[in-house]
Amino acid sequence: MKNSEVVVKRFLLSLAACLTVAVSAHAGEVSVAVAANFTAPMQKIARLFEQDTGHKATLAFGSTGRFYAQIKNGAPFDLLLSADDETPAKLAKEGLAVDASRFTYAIGKLALWSKQPGLVDAQGQVLKSGTFDKIAVADPKLAPYGAAAVEVMTQLGVLNTLRPKFVQGENIAQTHQFVATQNAQLGFVALSQVMAEGRLVEGSVWAVPATLYSPLRQDAVLLSKGQGNTAAAALLQYLKGDKARAVIRGYGYEH
Amino acid sequence: MPLGPEALQAVWLTLQLATLTTLVLLLIATPLAWWLSQTESWWKGPVGAFVTLPLVLPPSVLGFYLLVAMGPAGPLGQFTQAMGWGLLSFTFTGLVIGSVVFSMPFAVQPLQHAFESMGRRPMEVAATLRASPLDAFFTVALPQARTGLLTAAILSFAHTVGEFGVVLMIGGNIPGKTRVVSTQIYGHVEAMEYAQAHWLAGGMVLFSFVVLLCLALLKNRGSRVLP
Repeated sequence: MKNSEVVVKRFLLSLAACLTVAVSAHAGEVSVAVAANFTAPMQKIARLFEQDTGHKATLAFGSTGRFYAQIKNGAPFDLLLSADDETPAKLAKEGLAVDASRFTYAIGKLALWSKQPGLVDAQGQVLKSGTFDKIAVADPKLAPYGAAAVEVMTQLGVLNTLRPKFVQGENIAQTHQFVATQNAQLGFVALSQVMAEGRLVEGSVWAVPATLYSPLRQDAVLLSKGQGNTAAAALLQYLKGDKARAVIRGYGYEH
Repeated sequence: MPLGPEALQAVWLTLQLATLTTLVLLLIATPLAWWLSQTESWWKGPVGAFVTLPLVLPPSVLGFYLLVAMGPAGPLGQFTQAMGWGLLSFTFTGLVIGSVVFSMPFAVQPLQHAFESMGRRPMEVAATLRASPLDAFFTVALPQARTGLLTAAILSFAHTVGEFGVVLMIGGNIPGKTRVVSTQIYGHVEAMEYAQAHWLAGGMVLFSFVVLLCLALLKNRGSRVLP
């Protein structure tokens, strides 16, 4: 009597354990806050990740500053793919992220882009000639790409002449929208937004040399909420793998 | 001083935008509301629905279509360029146009309601006294609808002050030209400048409360005055 009870109990326990493992190994879910400039590559990586591991990645896109505010106030994200390296470090210092998990998943490249073919030359001379009304720049206070753009214009000595022509996007996605709808003839965007599979999608572009601005290190970090989530750990690992790297490079980032 | 020069500039710009938008709206919405209240045309339904659209559409939808329409390939953009005015996006004029569209239902509906609740009788009496329709409109209909007119003005003003999505989409965040209080607050939050955000955001809460309080008092007074 007693023996069989133990057997049943053991059986049930091991069944439960199996189920738990099976659930976490095969139907895991990870919720990721993704910097706006990484939207297109991340969608692609998430698809590959789902195919390869069976885990599901739920993506939210936006500006890093907003994600920071939301995470501080209990947003249920497991991972943050930041547009900078400062925000993940800050979150780790504040005990909201796992410090050891931080790593650079991509180094962003700045591009001067116009939807109009031939407007932007390969050396960026158009900035000096100033043959345009409006130039879109992400708000340098909010977006690392905006700060980098200001750095470039300072280096070229055109910042003060161009400033009256600025229109500012709240993040890099909105800045891109201003140029894509041609309300601004050209603008500083992330190279990843105008490239796919290693080629410029449309218009004309100047891929700004990396010597003109400080590197746009984009760090990923595991958030405290995602500790113990196997899908989150798997996605962090996946981002370092060859498949993800190939996608990231195809969009013009360094890895 | 808790509010810096940038914030004060945004407050001043917001007040200018809201005032101008309200004036333009009253000029457009009054005849429109009058027509909607009097007509038996088949067009009443579609026009009424169209005017109400901004009430239900997300501001981002409205803002995005305005941005596309104002662009060089859009109908509005082609018109303004042909007239030699350039593009309206990222200009104060562009913001006024966007705000007029966005706040339209808040001006038309109270007015239309006021005109409708007046009934046909006063205008018929005026006509038998040989007042021309225009004369009757200004001397009879408008004074009768004054509570509706005031409500429309207050709501248009307040709603324009609170507008965010449209300004974000077509404004371009230019200090002193298109950066209003709501986008300034958003910027402060995103830049993690929470103290400044609190001052402006708290001010907005207070302002909105006062506006709603005024409307409530107005409504009470209105129902006492009207038979």
